Amino acid sequence: MTDQPLVLGIETSCDETGIGIVRGRTLLSNTIASSMDEHARYGGVVPEVAARAHLEELQPAIERALAEAQVRLQDLDAVAVTSGPGLAGALMVGIGAAKGLAVSLGKPLYAVNHLVGHIAADILTPDSVPLEYPTIALLVSGGHTSLLHVRDLTTDVELLGETVDDAAGEAFDKVARILGLPYPGGPEIDRAAVGGDPAAIRFPRGLSRASDLEKHRYDFSFSGLKTAVARWIEREEAAGNPIPVADVAASFREAVVDVLVTKALAACADRGVPRLLLGGGVIANRRLREVALARAAEAGVTVRIPPLSLCTDNGAMIAGLAAELISSSRRPSTLAFGADSTLPVTEIQVAERAGEAGA
Amino acid sequence: MIRGCRAGRTDYPGRVILGVDTSLGSAVGLIGHDGRTLAEVSQGGHLGHAEAIGTLLEQVLAAGSEDEDPLTHVAAGMGPGPFTGLRIGIAAARAFALGRDVPVIAVPSHHAAALAVIEGEHPPQHPFAILTDARRRETAVTVYEGIDVDGIPHAVVDTVLVPQADVDRKLGALRRFEVTGISGAAVARVARRAVAAGRTLTGSEPLYLRPPDALVPAAPKKVGS
Ligand SMILES: [Zn+2]
Repeated sequence: MTDQPLVLGIETSCDETGIGIVRGRTLLSNTIASSMDEHARYGGVVPEVAARAHLEELQPAIERALAEAQVRLQDLDAVAVTSGPGLAGALMVGIGAAKGLAVSLGKPLYAVNHLVGHIAADILTPDSVPLEYPTIALLVSGGHTSLLHVRDLTTDVELLGETVDDAAGEAFDKVARILGLPYPGGPEIDRAAVGGDPAAIRFPRGLSRASDLEKHRYDFSFSGLKTAVARWIEREEAAGNPIPVADVAASFREAVVDVLVTKALAACADRGVPRLLLGGGVIANRRLREVALARAAEAGVTVRIPPLSLCTDNGAMIAGLAAELISSSRRPSTLAFGADSTLPVTEIQVAERAGEAGA
Repeated sequence: MIRGCRAGRTDYPGRVILGVDTSLGSAVGLIGHDGRTLAEVSQGGHLGHAEAIGTLLEQVLAAGSEDEDPLTHVAAGMGPGPFTGLRIGIAAARAFALGRDVPVIAVPSHHAAALAVIEGEHPPQHPFAILTDARRRETAVTVYEGIDVDGIPHAVVDTVLVPQADVDRKLGALRRFEVTGISGAAVARVARRAVAAGRTLTGSEPLYLRPPDALVPAAPKKVGS
Protein backbone atom coordinates (compact mmCIF):
# COMPACT_ATOMS: atom_id res chain seq x y z
CA MET A 1 0.00 0.00 0.00
CA THR A 2 1.12 3.54 -0.69
CA ASP A 3 3.12 5.56 1.84
CA GLN A 4 0.76 8.47 1.36
CA PRO A 5 -2.67 6.88 1.44
CA LEU A 6 -5.66 9.08 0.67
CA VAL A 7 -8.18 8.44 3.44
CA LEU A 8 -11.62 9.82 4.28
CA GLY A 9 -12.48 9.63 7.99
CA ILE A 10 -15.95 9.72 9.55
CA GLU A 11 -16.40 10.73 13.20
CA THR A 12 -19.81 10.73 14.92
CA SER A 13 -19.06 9.72 18.51
CA CYS A 14 -20.68 12.75 20.15
CA ASP A 15 -22.28 15.94 18.80
CA GLU A 16 -19.83 16.80 16.02
CA THR A 17 -20.33 15.29 12.58
CA GLY A 18 -16.72 15.25 11.42
CA ILE A 19 -15.46 14.39 7.95
CA GLY A 20 -11.74 14.55 7.37
CA ILE A 21 -9.62 13.83 4.33
CA VAL A 22 -5.87 13.29 4.61
CA ARG A 23 -3.10 12.19 2.28
CA GLY A 24 -0.70 10.46 4.63
CA ARG A 25 0.10 13.11 7.23
CA THR A 26 -1.16 15.97 5.11
CA LEU A 27 -4.52 17.43 6.05
CA LEU A 28 -6.71 18.11 3.01
CA SER A 29 -10.03 18.80 4.73
CA ASN A 30 -11.36 18.99 8.26
CA THR A 31 -15.09 19.52 7.83
CA ILE A 32 -17.23 19.70 10.96
CA ALA A 33 -20.97 20.17 11.41
CA SER A 34 -21.94 20.54 15.04
CA SER A 35 -25.36 20.04 16.58
CA MET A 36 -24.26 21.95 19.69
CA ASP A 37 -26.88 24.66 19.20
CA GLU A 38 -29.63 22.04 19.28
CA HIS A 39 -28.34 20.73 22.61
CA ALA A 40 -28.05 24.15 24.24
CA ARG A 41 -31.69 24.22 25.35
CA TYR A 42 -31.25 20.86 27.07
CA GLY A 43 -28.10 21.97 28.91
CA GLY A 44 -26.04 19.07 27.58
CA VAL A 45 -25.65 16.65 24.70
CA VAL A 46 -28.85 14.64 24.14
CA PRO A 47 -27.86 11.38 22.43
CA GLU A 48 -30.98 11.06 20.29
CA VAL A 49 -30.75 14.69 19.14
CA ALA A 50 -27.08 14.14 18.26
CA ALA A 51 -27.82 10.95 16.32
CA ARG A 52 -30.63 12.57 14.32
CA ALA A 53 -28.36 15.48 13.45
CA HIS A 54 -25.56 13.13 12.31
CA LEU A 55 -27.88 11.44 9.84
CA GLU A 56 -28.88 14.77 8.30
CA GLU A 57 -25.36 16.25 8.29
CA LEU A 58 -23.28 13.35 7.02
CA GLN A 59 -23.94 13.49 3.30
CA PRO A 60 -23.53 17.27 2.93
CA ALA A 61 -20.42 17.16 5.14
CA ILE A 62 -18.85 14.44 2.95
CA GLU A 63 -19.62 16.50 -0.15
CA ARG A 64 -18.12 19.65 1.37
CA ALA A 65 -15.01 17.78 2.44
CA LEU A 66 -14.47 16.33 -1.04
CA ALA A 67 -14.90 19.76 -2.61
CA GLU A 68 -12.42 21.31 -0.19
CA ALA A 69 -9.87 18.54 -0.62
CA GLN A 70 -10.41 18.55 -4.39
CA VAL A 71 -10.48 14.79 -4.57
CA ARG A 72 -13.05 12.31 -5.83
CA LEU A 73 -14.40 9.40 -3.85
CA GLN A 74 -12.96 7.03 -6.46
CA ASP A 75 -9.47 8.34 -5.65
CA LEU A 76 -9.64 7.26 -2.00
CA ASP A 77 -7.39 4.46 -0.80
CA ALA A 78 -9.55 3.77 2.24
CA VAL A 79 -12.48 4.87 4.38
CA ALA A 80 -12.04 5.21 8.17
CA VAL A 81 -14.61 5.48 10.93
CA THR A 82 -14.79 5.81 14.70
CA SER A 83 -15.98 2.55 16.27
CA GLY A 84 -15.86 3.88 19.84
CA PRO A 85 -15.79 5.03 22.54
CA GLY A 86 -18.73 7.43 22.42
CA LEU A 87 -22.53 7.55 22.28
CA ALA A 88 -23.66 4.23 20.80
CA GLY A 89 -26.57 5.56 18.73
CA ALA A 90 -24.42 8.37 17.35
CA LEU A 91 -21.51 6.07 16.53
CA MET A 92 -23.84 3.72 14.63
CA VAL A 93 -24.85 6.44 12.16
CA GLY A 94 -21.23 6.97 11.19
CA ILE A 95 -20.61 3.23 11.02
CA GLY A 96 -23.63 2.71 8.74
CA ALA A 97 -22.42 5.48 6.45
CA ALA A 98 -18.82 4.26 6.45
CA LYS A 99 -19.83 0.72 5.55
CA GLY A 100 -22.20 1.93 2.83
CA LEU A 101 -19.46 4.10 1.36
CA ALA A 102 -16.70 1.50 1.58
CA VAL A 103 -18.80 -1.27 -0.02
CA SER A 104 -20.11 1.10 -2.67
CA LEU A 105 -16.59 2.13 -3.65
CA GLY A 106 -15.03 -1.28 -3.09
CA LYS A 107 -12.45 0.33 -0.78
CA PRO A 108 -10.96 -0.99 2.45
CA LEU A 109 -12.49 0.20 5.71
CA TYR A 110 -10.59 0.95 8.94
CA ALA A 111 -12.55 1.06 12.20
CA VAL A 112 -10.54 2.96 14.79
CA ASN A 113 -10.48 4.21 18.36
CA HIS A 114 -11.67 7.75 18.96
CA LEU A 115 -9.26 8.46 21.82
CA VAL A 116 -6.24 7.31 19.84
CA GLY A 117 -7.58 9.50 17.04
CA HIS A 118 -7.13 12.50 19.36
CA ILE A 119 -3.44 11.63 19.58
CA ALA A 120 -3.21 11.23 15.80
CA ALA A 121 -4.48 14.81 15.45
CA ASP A 122 -1.00 15.94 16.42
CA ILE A 123 0.70 14.40 13.38
CA LEU A 124 -1.62 16.33 11.06
CA THR A 125 -0.56 19.66 12.50
CA PRO A 126 1.04 21.62 9.65
CA ASP A 127 4.79 22.28 9.91
CA SER A 128 5.12 20.38 13.15
CA VAL A 129 8.13 18.21 13.88
CA PRO A 130 7.17 14.52 14.07
CA LEU A 131 5.55 13.33 17.28
CA GLU A 132 8.24 11.79 19.50
CA TYR A 133 7.62 8.61 21.44
CA PRO A 134 6.98 7.86 24.14
CA THR A 135 4.65 10.67 25.18
CA ILE A 136 2.07 11.16 27.89
CA ALA A 137 -1.26 12.36 26.46
CA LEU A 138 -3.98 14.20 28.37
CA LEU A 139 -7.32 14.18 26.53
CA VAL A 140 -9.98 16.45 27.98
CA SER A 141 -13.43 17.06 26.51
CA GLY A 142 -17.11 17.04 27.33
CA GLY A 143 -17.12 13.28 26.87
CA HIS A 144 -13.80 12.09 28.23
CA THR A 145 -10.92 12.86 30.57
CA SER A 146 -8.12 10.38 29.95
CA LEU A 147 -4.44 10.16 30.69
CA LEU A 148 -2.50 7.92 28.32
CA HIS A 149 1.05 6.64 27.92
CA VAL A 150 1.69 6.47 24.19
CA ARG A 151 4.68 4.40 23.13
CA ASP A 152 3.52 4.01 19.54
CA LEU A 153 0.42 5.48 17.93
CA THR A 154 -0.51 2.37 15.98
CA THR A 155 0.55 -0.39 18.37
CA ASP A 156 1.05 0.66 21.95
CA VAL A 157 -1.21 3.01 23.89
CA GLU A 158 -1.72 2.44 27.61
CA LEU A 159 -4.53 3.92 29.68
CA LEU A 160 -3.05 5.37 32.86
CA GLY A 161 -6.26 6.85 34.22
CA GLU A 162 -9.58 8.42 33.39
CA THR A 163 -12.50 10.12 35.06
CA VAL A 164 -14.46 7.95 37.43
CA ASP A 165 -17.58 10.13 37.08
CA ASP A 166 -18.03 13.33 35.05
CA ALA A 167 -15.75 14.38 32.22
CA ALA A 168 -13.99 17.72 32.80
CA GLY A 169 -16.09 19.38 30.09
CA GLU A 170 -19.26 18.11 31.75
CA ALA A 171 -18.13 19.68 35.03
CA PHE A 172 -17.81 23.03 33.26
CA ASP A 173 -21.33 22.61 31.83
CA LYS A 174 -22.83 21.69 35.20
CA VAL A 175 -21.13 24.47 37.16
CA ALA A 176 -22.11 26.96 34.45
CA ARG A 177 -25.71 25.90 35.02
CA ILE A 178 -25.36 26.33 38.78
CA LEU A 179 -24.12 29.86 38.08
CA GLY A 180 -27.06 30.47 35.73
CA LEU A 181 -24.80 30.54 32.65
CA PRO A 182 -25.73 28.96 29.30
CA TYR A 183 -24.40 25.81 27.62
CA PRO A 184 -21.67 25.01 26.68
CA GLY A 185 -20.12 25.91 30.01
CA GLY A 186 -16.41 26.11 29.16
CA PRO A 187 -16.32 29.46 27.37
CA GLU A 188 -19.01 30.84 29.72
CA ILE A 189 -16.97 29.99 32.82
CA ASP A 190 -13.93 31.56 31.16
CA ARG A 191 -15.85 34.73 30.50
CA ALA A 192 -17.29 34.83 34.01
CA ALA A 193 -13.84 34.22 35.53
CA VAL A 194 -12.34 37.38 34.05
CA GLY A 195 -11.06 39.49 36.95
CA GLY A 196 -11.84 36.71 39.44
CA ASP A 197 -9.34 35.45 42.02
CA PRO A 198 -8.50 31.79 41.35
CA ALA A 199 -7.34 31.45 44.96
CA ALA A 200 -10.44 33.07 46.49
CA ILE A 201 -12.14 29.77 47.32
CA ARG A 202 -10.25 26.54 47.87
CA PHE A 203 -12.47 23.99 46.08
CA PRO A 204 -11.54 20.31 46.48
CA ARG A 205 -9.15 18.57 44.09
CA GLY A 206 -10.77 15.22 43.29
CA LEU A 207 -8.82 12.01 43.98
CA SER A 208 -5.78 13.99 45.10
CA ARG A 209 -5.52 13.02 48.78
CA ALA A 210 -2.73 10.63 49.72
CA SER A 211 -5.28 7.89 50.42
CA ASP A 212 -6.91 8.36 46.99
CA LEU A 213 -3.60 8.55 45.17
CA GLU A 214 -2.72 4.97 46.06
CA LYS A 215 -5.56 3.56 43.99
CA HIS A 216 -6.37 6.47 41.70
CA ARG A 217 -3.04 8.13 41.04
CA TYR A 218 -3.99 9.01 37.45
CA ASP A 219 -7.78 8.96 37.74
CA PHE A 220 -9.99 12.03 37.86
CA SER A 221 -13.24 12.88 39.63
CA PHE A 222 -15.18 16.08 39.06
CA SER A 223 -18.56 15.20 40.51
CA GLY A 224 -17.55 16.15 44.06
CA LEU A 225 -16.16 19.45 42.84
CA LYS A 226 -19.45 20.35 41.18
CA THR A 227 -21.31 19.53 44.40
CA ALA A 228 -18.82 21.58 46.43
CA VAL A 229 -19.45 24.61 44.22
CA ALA A 230 -23.23 24.19 44.58
CA ARG A 231 -23.00 23.88 48.36
CA TRP A 232 -20.69 26.84 48.68
CA ILE A 233 -23.15 29.01 46.75
CA GLU A 234 -26.10 27.78 48.79
CA ARG A 235 -24.31 28.54 52.03
CA GLU A 236 -23.44 32.04 50.92
CA GLU A 237 -26.98 32.65 49.70
CA ALA A 238 -28.43 31.34 52.97
CA ALA A 239 -26.15 33.74 54.84
CA GLY A 240 -27.47 36.58 52.68
CA ASN A 241 -24.11 37.21 50.99
CA PRO A 242 -23.88 38.25 47.35
CA ILE A 243 -22.27 35.59 45.16
CA PRO A 244 -18.89 36.67 43.78
CA VAL A 245 -19.44 34.96 40.42
CA ALA A 246 -16.01 35.86 39.02
CA ASP A 247 -14.24 34.40 42.06
CA VAL A 248 -16.38 31.25 42.03
CA ALA A 249 -15.78 30.71 38.31
CA ALA A 250 -12.03 31.38 38.57
CA SER A 251 -11.64 29.18 41.68
CA PHE A 252 -13.64 26.33 40.15
CA ARG A 253 -11.67 26.47 36.92
CA GLU A 254 -8.43 26.55 38.90
CA ALA A 255 -9.42 23.39 40.75
CA VAL A 256 -10.11 21.58 37.44
CA VAL A 257 -6.95 22.85 35.78
CA ASP A 258 -4.79 22.13 38.83
CA VAL A 259 -5.84 18.52 39.11
CA LEU A 260 -5.52 17.90 35.34
CA VAL A 261 -2.03 19.40 35.10
CA THR A 262 -0.78 17.92 38.39
CA LYS A 263 -1.76 14.39 37.42
CA ALA A 264 -0.46 14.73 33.86
CA LEU A 265 2.94 15.97 35.05
CA ALA A 266 3.03 13.29 37.75
CA ALA A 267 2.62 10.71 34.98
CA CYS A 268 5.45 12.35 33.01
CA ALA A 269 7.71 12.21 36.09
CA ASP A 270 6.74 8.67 37.15
CA ARG A 271 7.20 7.28 33.65
CA GLY A 272 10.31 9.29 32.91
CA VAL A 273 8.62 10.79 29.84
CA PRO A 274 9.47 14.47 29.30
CA ARG A 275 6.72 14.98 26.72
CA LEU A 276 3.05 15.86 27.18
CA LEU A 277 0.46 15.98 24.39
CA LEU A 278 -2.83 17.78 25.04
CA GLY A 279 -6.03 17.03 23.13
CA GLY A 280 -9.82 17.30 23.33
CA GLY A 281 -12.13 20.29 23.17
CA VAL A 282 -11.46 21.53 26.72
CA ILE A 283 -7.90 22.35 25.56
CA ALA A 284 -9.56 25.48 24.17
CA ASN A 285 -9.56 26.70 27.75
CA ARG A 286 -6.80 29.28 27.85
CA ARG A 287 -6.16 28.93 31.58
CA LEU A 288 -5.58 25.19 31.14
CA ARG A 289 -3.04 25.85 28.39
CA GLU A 290 -1.29 28.59 30.42
CA VAL A 291 -0.95 26.49 33.56
CA ALA A 292 0.07 23.38 31.62
CA LEU A 293 2.76 25.26 29.69
CA ALA A 294 4.13 27.07 32.75
CA ARG A 295 4.25 24.06 35.05
CA ALA A 296 5.55 21.75 32.31
CA ALA A 297 8.37 24.21 31.63
CA GLU A 298 9.33 24.11 35.31
CA ALA A 299 9.29 20.33 35.19
CA GLY A 300 11.33 20.19 31.98
CA VAL A 301 8.44 18.68 30.03
CA THR A 302 7.77 19.66 26.41
CA VAL A 303 4.09 20.30 25.65
CA ARG A 304 2.45 19.77 22.27
CA ILE A 305 -0.98 21.22 21.53
CA PRO A 306 -2.53 20.68 18.09
CA PRO A 307 -4.56 23.58 16.67
CA LEU A 308 -7.97 23.80 18.30
CA SER A 309 -9.78 22.68 15.13
CA LEU A 310 -7.94 19.37 15.47
CA CYS A 311 -8.39 19.17 19.27
CA THR A 312 -12.18 19.12 19.19
CA ASP A 313 -13.76 15.95 17.78
CA ASN A 314 -13.12 15.73 14.05
CA GLY A 315 -12.91 13.28 11.17
CA ALA A 316 -9.40 14.30 10.15
CA MET A 317 -7.87 12.65 13.22
CA ILE A 318 -9.75 9.45 12.37
CA ALA A 319 -8.49 9.57 8.78
CA GLY A 320 -5.00 10.42 10.06
CA LEU A 321 -4.92 7.44 12.41
CA ALA A 322 -6.08 5.12 9.62
CA ALA A 323 -3.43 6.52 7.30
CA GLU A 324 -0.79 5.64 9.91
CA LEU A 325 -2.23 2.13 10.23
CA ILE A 326 -2.11 1.72 6.44
CA SER A 327 1.45 3.02 6.24
CA SER A 328 2.48 0.46 8.85
CA SER A 329 0.92 -2.29 6.69
CA ARG A 330 -2.08 -3.00 8.87
CA ARG A 331 -4.92 -4.88 7.21
CA PRO A 332 -8.37 -3.28 6.96
CA SER A 333 -11.18 -4.10 9.36
CA THR A 334 -13.77 -6.71 8.52
CA LEU A 335 -17.30 -5.44 7.83
CA ALA A 336 -18.63 -7.10 10.98
CA PHE A 337 -17.72 -4.56 13.66
CA GLY A 338 -20.26 -2.44 15.48
CA ALA A 339 -20.27 0.53 17.82
CA ASP A 340 -18.49 0.05 21.14
CA SER A 341 -19.39 2.86 23.49
CA THR A 342 -16.70 1.80 25.98
CA LEU A 343 -13.98 0.70 23.55
CA PRO A 344 -10.73 0.46 25.55
CA VAL A 345 -7.87 2.65 24.38
CA THR A 346 -5.69 -0.40 23.87
CA GLU A 347 -7.89 -1.35 20.89
CA ILE A 348 -6.43 1.12 18.43
CA GLN A 349 -8.01 -0.61 15.45
CA VAL A 350 -11.15 -2.74 15.66
CA ALA A 351 -11.76 -6.04 13.80
CA GLU A 352 -8.55 -6.16 11.77
CA ARG A 353 -8.87 -8.84 9.10
CA ALA A 354 -6.98 -12.04 9.73
CA GLY A 355 -4.20 -13.02 7.34
CA GLU A 356 -0.70 -12.08 6.32
CA ALA A 357 0.45 -8.58 7.22
CA GLY A 358 1.20 -6.09 4.51
CA ALA A 359 -1.79 -6.31 2.21
CA MET B 1 -57.32 4.01 -7.20
CA ILE B 2 -57.33 0.40 -8.21
CA ARG B 3 -58.62 -1.98 -5.61
CA GLY B 4 -56.39 -4.79 -4.45
CA CYS B 5 -55.16 -5.94 -7.80
CA ARG B 6 -52.17 -5.58 -10.05
CA ALA B 7 -54.07 -4.00 -12.92
CA GLY B 8 -53.31 -0.51 -14.15
CA ARG B 9 -49.86 0.58 -14.99
CA THR B 10 -47.28 -2.14 -15.52
CA ASP B 11 -44.64 -0.37 -17.59
CA TYR B 12 -42.36 0.98 -14.87
CA PRO B 13 -39.28 1.82 -16.92
CA GLY B 14 -36.17 -0.22 -16.31
CA ARG B 15 -34.00 0.64 -13.32
CA VAL B 16 -31.53 -1.29 -11.29
CA ILE B 17 -32.29 -0.37 -7.72
CA LEU B 18 -30.66 -1.32 -4.44
CA GLY B 19 -33.16 -1.32 -1.56
CA VAL B 20 -32.00 -0.95 2.06
CA ASP B 21 -34.20 -1.13 5.13
CA THR B 22 -33.30 -1.36 8.82
CA SER B 23 -36.64 -0.32 10.26
CA LEU B 24 -37.17 -3.78 11.77
CA GLY B 25 -34.44 -6.26 10.92
CA SER B 26 -31.67 -5.48 8.45
CA ALA B 27 -32.56 -6.06 4.81
CA VAL B 28 -30.90 -5.40 1.47
CA GLY B 29 -32.26 -6.29 -1.95
CA LEU B 30 -31.41 -5.60 -5.56
CA ILE B 31 -33.93 -5.48 -8.41
CA GLY B 32 -33.18 -5.50 -12.12
CA HIS B 33 -34.61 -3.67 -15.13
CA ASP B 34 -37.63 -5.94 -15.27
CA GLY B 35 -38.40 -5.29 -11.60
CA ARG B 36 -37.51 -8.81 -10.58
CA THR B 37 -35.38 -9.52 -7.57
CA LEU B 38 -31.75 -10.14 -8.51
CA ALA B 39 -30.63 -10.78 -4.95
CA GLU B 40 -31.98 -10.36 -1.48
CA VAL B 41 -30.55 -10.93 2.00
CA SER B 42 -31.72 -10.04 5.46
CA GLN B 43 -31.02 -10.55 9.11
CA GLY B 44 -33.83 -10.53 11.63
CA GLY B 45 -33.95 -8.94 15.02
CA HIS B 46 -34.03 -5.46 16.47
CA LEU B 47 -30.29 -5.42 17.13
CA GLY B 48 -27.10 -5.78 15.21
CA HIS B 49 -27.96 -3.46 12.30
CA ALA B 50 -24.61 -1.68 12.45
CA GLU B 51 -22.75 -4.99 12.48
CA ALA B 52 -24.83 -6.53 9.67
CA ILE B 53 -25.31 -3.79 7.11
CA GLY B 54 -21.91 -3.89 5.40
CA THR B 55 -21.89 -7.64 4.91
CA LEU B 56 -25.47 -7.64 3.63
CA LEU B 57 -24.61 -4.98 1.06
CA GLU B 58 -21.56 -6.93 -0.02
CA GLN B 59 -23.51 -10.19 -0.32
CA VAL B 60 -26.25 -8.64 -2.43
CA LEU B 61 -23.77 -7.02 -4.79
CA ALA B 62 -21.88 -10.28 -5.15
CA ALA B 63 -25.05 -12.26 -5.86
CA GLY B 64 -26.74 -9.66 -8.04
CA SER B 65 -24.30 -9.69 -11.00
CA GLU B 66 -24.33 -5.95 -10.89
CA ASP B 67 -21.52 -5.61 -13.44
CA GLU B 68 -23.86 -6.14 -16.35
CA ASP B 69 -26.42 -3.69 -15.02
CA PRO B 70 -25.04 -0.64 -13.30
CA LEU B 71 -27.07 0.59 -10.38
CA THR B 72 -29.33 3.54 -11.16
CA HIS B 73 -30.86 4.31 -7.75
CA VAL B 74 -30.64 3.44 -4.08
CA ALA B 75 -33.93 3.14 -2.18
CA ALA B 76 -33.95 3.78 1.55
CA GLY B 77 -36.69 2.50 3.86
CA MET B 78 -37.48 5.53 6.05
CA GLY B 79 -39.42 3.75 8.78
CA PRO B 80 -41.36 3.84 10.97
CA GLY B 81 -39.02 1.93 13.21
CA PRO B 82 -37.03 2.20 16.41
CA PHE B 83 -34.73 5.19 16.13
CA THR B 84 -31.31 3.67 16.45
CA GLY B 85 -31.61 0.81 14.00
CA LEU B 86 -33.63 2.75 11.42
CA ARG B 87 -30.92 5.36 10.96
CA ILE B 88 -28.19 2.85 10.18
CA GLY B 89 -29.78 1.66 6.94
CA ILE B 90 -30.60 5.20 5.85
CA ALA B 91 -27.04 6.35 6.55
CA ALA B 92 -25.67 3.34 4.65
CA ALA B 93 -28.05 3.86 1.71
CA ARG B 94 -27.15 7.53 1.40
CA ALA B 95 -23.41 6.91 1.58
CA PHE B 96 -23.67 4.02 -0.86
CA ALA B 97 -25.55 6.26 -3.30
CA LEU B 98 -22.92 8.97 -2.88
CA GLY B 99 -20.22 6.43 -3.71
CA ARG B 100 -22.01 5.50 -6.96
CA ASP B 101 -23.18 9.02 -7.72
CA VAL B 102 -26.82 7.91 -7.98
CA PRO B 103 -29.92 9.39 -6.32
CA VAL B 104 -31.54 8.11 -3.13
CA ILE B 105 -35.27 7.41 -3.19
CA ALA B 106 -36.95 7.66 0.23
CA VAL B 107 -39.63 4.98 0.72
CA PRO B 108 -41.98 4.61 3.72
CA SER B 109 -41.16 1.11 4.96
CA HIS B 110 -44.85 0.23 5.37
CA HIS B 111 -45.35 0.88 1.63
CA ALA B 112 -42.90 -1.94 0.94
CA ALA B 113 -44.75 -4.25 3.33
CA ALA B 114 -48.07 -3.31 1.70
CA LEU B 115 -46.72 -3.93 -1.79
CA ALA B 116 -45.53 -7.36 -0.72
CA VAL B 117 -49.05 -8.11 0.55
CA ILE B 118 -50.69 -6.78 -2.61
CA GLU B 119 -48.32 -8.77 -4.83
CA GLY B 120 -48.89 -11.89 -2.75
CA GLU B 121 -50.97 -14.94 -3.56
CA HIS B 122 -54.27 -13.59 -2.31
CA PRO B 123 -54.25 -9.82 -2.43
CA PRO B 124 -56.86 -8.33 -0.08
CA GLN B 125 -59.94 -6.96 -1.80
CA HIS B 126 -60.61 -4.50 1.00
CA PRO B 127 -58.61 -2.03 3.06
CA PHE B 128 -56.01 -3.70 5.24
CA ALA B 129 -53.59 -2.62 7.92
CA ILE B 130 -49.82 -3.05 8.09
CA LEU B 131 -48.69 -3.37 11.70
CA THR B 132 -45.12 -3.20 12.98
CA ASP B 133 -43.73 -3.22 16.49
CA ALA B 134 -42.85 0.33 17.51
CA ARG B 135 -41.47 -0.72 20.94
CA ARG B 136 -42.66 0.84 24.18
CA ARG B 137 -45.87 -1.16 23.94
CA GLU B 138 -46.94 0.66 20.83
CA THR B 139 -47.69 -0.53 17.32
CA ALA B 140 -47.14 1.47 14.14
CA VAL B 141 -50.21 1.13 11.92
CA THR B 142 -50.83 2.20 8.33
CA VAL B 143 -54.08 1.41 6.54
CA TYR B 144 -53.86 0.71 2.79
CA GLU B 145 -56.36 0.05 0.05
CA GLY B 146 -54.88 -1.42 -3.10
CA ILE B 147 -52.52 0.50 -5.32
CA ASP B 148 -52.95 3.89 -6.93
CA VAL B 149 -52.61 4.72 -10.62
CA ASP B 150 -48.83 4.75 -10.30
CA GLY B 151 -48.83 1.26 -8.82
CA ILE B 152 -47.89 2.54 -5.37
CA PRO B 153 -49.74 1.15 -2.34
CA HIS B 154 -52.44 3.62 -1.47
CA ALA B 155 -52.35 4.67 2.19
CA VAL B 156 -55.86 5.68 3.19
CA VAL B 157 -54.73 6.57 6.71
CA ASP B 158 -51.23 7.88 7.46
CA THR B 159 -49.03 5.91 9.82
CA VAL B 160 -49.97 6.31 13.48
CA LEU B 161 -48.71 4.86 16.74
CA VAL B 162 -51.37 2.89 18.61
CA PRO B 163 -50.91 1.52 22.13
CA GLN B 164 -50.83 -2.27 21.84
CA ALA B 165 -53.78 -2.54 24.19
CA ASP B 166 -55.93 -0.41 21.86
CA VAL B 167 -55.11 -2.12 18.56
CA ASP B 168 -58.15 -4.45 18.58
CA ARG B 169 -60.56 -1.66 19.37
CA LYS B 170 -59.06 0.74 16.81
CA LEU B 171 -58.78 -1.67 13.91
CA GLY B 172 -61.95 -3.64 14.46
CA ALA B 173 -62.58 -6.07 11.62
CA LEU B 174 -59.91 -4.59 9.35
CA ARG B 175 -57.61 -7.30 8.04
CA ARG B 176 -54.21 -7.06 9.68
CA PHE B 177 -50.76 -7.97 8.51
CA GLU B 178 -48.32 -8.02 11.39
CA VAL B 179 -44.98 -7.58 9.73
CA THR B 180 -41.70 -8.51 11.40
CA GLY B 181 -39.42 -7.87 8.44
CA ILE B 182 -39.35 -5.49 5.51
CA SER B 183 -38.01 -6.77 2.19
CA GLY B 184 -35.18 -4.75 0.68
CA ALA B 185 -36.35 -5.78 -2.79
CA ALA B 186 -39.89 -4.59 -2.01
CA VAL B 187 -38.47 -1.22 -0.91
CA ALA B 188 -36.68 -1.09 -4.26
CA ARG B 189 -39.87 -2.00 -6.17
CA VAL B 190 -41.84 0.78 -4.50
CA ALA B 191 -39.01 3.15 -5.39
CA ARG B 192 -39.09 1.94 -8.99
CA ARG B 193 -42.73 2.93 -9.28
CA ALA B 194 -42.11 6.27 -7.59
CA VAL B 195 -39.26 7.01 -10.01
CA ALA B 196 -41.41 6.04 -12.98
CA ALA B 197 -44.15 8.37 -11.78
CA GLY B 198 -41.74 11.15 -10.83
CA ARG B 199 -43.13 11.15 -7.31
CA THR B 200 -41.63 11.84 -3.90
CA LEU B 201 -43.18 9.48 -1.36
CA THR B 202 -41.75 10.94 1.83
CA GLY B 203 -39.27 13.57 2.98
CA SER B 204 -35.61 13.15 3.85
CA GLU B 205 -36.39 12.98 7.58
CA PRO B 206 -36.95 9.41 8.82
CA LEU B 207 -40.46 8.53 10.02
CA TYR B 208 -39.44 8.64 13.67
CA LEU B 209 -43.04 9.19 14.86
CA ARG B 210 -41.71 10.23 18.27
CA PRO B 211 -39.80 13.31 19.36
CA PRO B 212 -36.38 12.67 20.95
CA ASP B 213 -36.47 11.70 24.62
CA ALA B 214 -35.16 14.90 26.02
CA LEU B 215 -36.45 17.33 28.56
CA VAL B 216 -35.57 20.97 28.77
CA PRO B 217 -34.14 21.19 32.28
CA ALA B 218 -35.90 23.14 35.01
CA ALA B 219 -33.98 25.52 37.24
CA PRO B 220 -30.96 23.91 38.96
CA LYS B 221 -31.89 21.67 41.86
CA LYS B 222 -30.68 22.46 45.32
CA VAL B 223 -28.09 19.93 46.40
CA GLY B 224 -28.53 20.42 50.13
CA SER B 225 -25.65 20.92 52.50
ZN1 LIG C 1 -13.21 13.31 21.70
